[in-house]
Amino acid sequence: MLTANRLRDGDVLYRKGDGWTLILAEGTVYREKAQADAALADAQAELVRNEFVAPYLFEVREVNGQIRPVKEREIIRAAGPTVRTDLGKQAGNVNV
Amino acid sequence: MSEVTPNMYRYDEFDAEFVAERTAQFSEQVKRRLSGDLTEDQFKPLRLMNGLYLQLHAYMLRVAVPYGTLSSRQMRMLAHIARKYDRGYGHFTTRQNIQYNWPKLVDVPAILADLASVEMHAIQTSGNCIRNVTADHFAGAAADEIEDPRPLAEIVRQWSSLHPEFVFLPRKFKIAVSGAPNDRAALAYHDMAVEIVKNAEGLTGYKVFVGGGMGRTPYIAQVISDFVEKHDILAFMEAVLRVYNQQGRRDNIYKARIKILTNALGIEEMRRQVEREFVEIKTRGALQVPQEELDRITAYFAAPTFEALTDEMPDAGPDFANWVKSNVSQHRAPGYAIATITLKTPGQVPGDASADQMDTIADLMDRFSLGEVRVSHEQNLVLPHVRKRDLPAIYAKLKELDFASANAGLITDIIACPGLDYCDLANARSIPIAQRIAKKFEDLERQQAIGELKIKISGCINACGHHHAGHIGILGVDKKGVEFYQLLLGGSGAQDASIGEIMGPGFGEDEIADAVERVVEVYLAQRKPDERFLDTYRRIGMAPFKDAAFQKEAA
Repeated sequence: MLTANRLRDGDVLYRKGDGWTLILAEGTVYREKAQADAALADAQAELVRNEFVAPYLFEVREVNGQIRPVKEREIIRAAGPTVRTDLGKQAGNVNV
Repeated sequence: MSEVTPNMYRYDEFDAEFVAERTAQFSEQVKRRLSGDLTEDQFKPLRLMNGLYLQLHAYMLRVAVPYGTLSSRQMRMLAHIARKYDRGYGHFTTRQNIQYNWPKLVDVPAILADLASVEMHAIQTSGNCIRNVTADHFAGAAADEIEDPRPLAEIVRQWSSLHPEFVFLPRKFKIAVSGAPNDRAALAYHDMAVEIVKNAEGLTGYKVFVGGGMGRTPYIAQVISDFVEKHDILAFMEAVLRVYNQQGRRDNIYKARIKILTNALGIEEMRRQVEREFVEIKTRGALQVPQEELDRITAYFAAPTFEALTDEMPDAGPDFANWVKSNVSQHRAPGYAIATITLKTPGQVPGDASADQMDTIADLMDRFSLGEVRVSHEQNLVLPHVRKRDLPAIYAKLKELDFASANAGLITDIIACPGLDYCDLANARSIPIAQRIAKKFEDLERQQAIGELKIKISGCINACGHHHAGHIGILGVDKKGVEFYQLLLGGSGAQDASIGEIMGPGFGEDEIADAVERVVEVYLAQRKPDERFLDTYRRIGMAPFKDAAFQKEAA
């Protein structure tokens, strides 16, 4: 999958089609490396729009039919601090 | 409640103008970034110069608390910012600063303007410059102090703020100052540190250390001068910085700190080169601190007028007595005390305080501590000047805040960096490990039986959680995508500074707290009377602890 941060507030974004979503589960999963690389290249070309920063790819896997990041870092990034479950996306706490 | 103005530095017109100009400048830079006039590559160094990072979930703003001193007015502003612009809390750090974890970029100019209104800012809390100067959190109050180090810290702050020669150093540069023989400021782990000393003639001056640091390559600082006269200190510090600026490595970020240069040159050669620069600076007659300026700044920190009080400690029950035993320290004035508020009640996030808690602490500062609090590098708050007779009322209020744990310096008073719960650089979480260990050792009698034991946890090799300096240090690493924790034993950040030794292979997230417990059991079984954990470790070495941690039978 492809992620970035929204420029104006820093919120974590996930690539969805040609746009972005705040929710990992709604994001596009690239099953081929070439697709992922192309998506990243598109995003890098869009940096000039000044809407998001720091795009990068990360690995996910399917667990019980749900998409889940492979690395702990991305699991926490997608949810929020494990020590404050009242904060972050896990609490529906996003900037609109 | 009426606000009390403590004896601390107040901005003059130059400070105020400088901070106001920077705030306006950054506000324009944010506008230009949002409009696209600045690219992210152009903007990133500008935001970092103003303490604004992009972290795991959001931006993070690091606000400088110069040498850890805050007035109640400033504390209320920190609470206001947490409430208005963030998610209702802030995190006090191991560098005596405060961090907000969720600010929006668009709000940062307003936050900086609010901070400027109480003489605060976020300048030089990031980047390859001289960072916020830290100091003994008992400064001006401690019974063992030769002299209050804060006037020097303030002079260094002014000298190092946007110093044209030192804005782009090879790497960041951290300075600490202390005025007491008992080191509460972790001097030995700083790029440069100054200890106020008296020489054989009874003259007060400065002992200067260089080349300490944590991170990937930890080093204990070495003495570069046993005695620098007071008026020469800026010339001497500038000489050290010049040698570093000229010769510090810029080709390799991992070898760029002054600790690497100091150890590459050797302390004798480093001393020779610094001396040469020092003589040159002195010959030109520059950088002597004028006595009237020293006096002017020192006057801001004049000791409060302490009442003539008897020195009895009030009796307010056994819980209070326990709190006094660990959290109350001897003050320089009879009838007064220093009270440490540990932000570490077992289960809490070390260093976090909510806006409401900050406001209540501000009230305590006004009512009981001459309007002042200190942030300690151990992520606690300190009320520096309280009447002993007021301690029961303070304790009662702290209980309401859930900040009344009687654990200062004990095993549950754990330093932990934000770790992978917040930090973009982290490899593993730190906070949940601190919470688990604290809950495991929650029983106060057990904590007291163990005695002084400092656990320090970092979520990566950068060591913001000071793991090298922990009696027990814990370093989080990433092992094939899974969090893993290495144990280190025998570190100290005090006057007996030492670097912790790595025990060996690490432990899983679910194993580390039990491993710590087994290590502690070895100490309890093997200690001699009056031995701290650190003393026992130094006497018997790693082997028995390692065997127990890995559950090996003794040979």
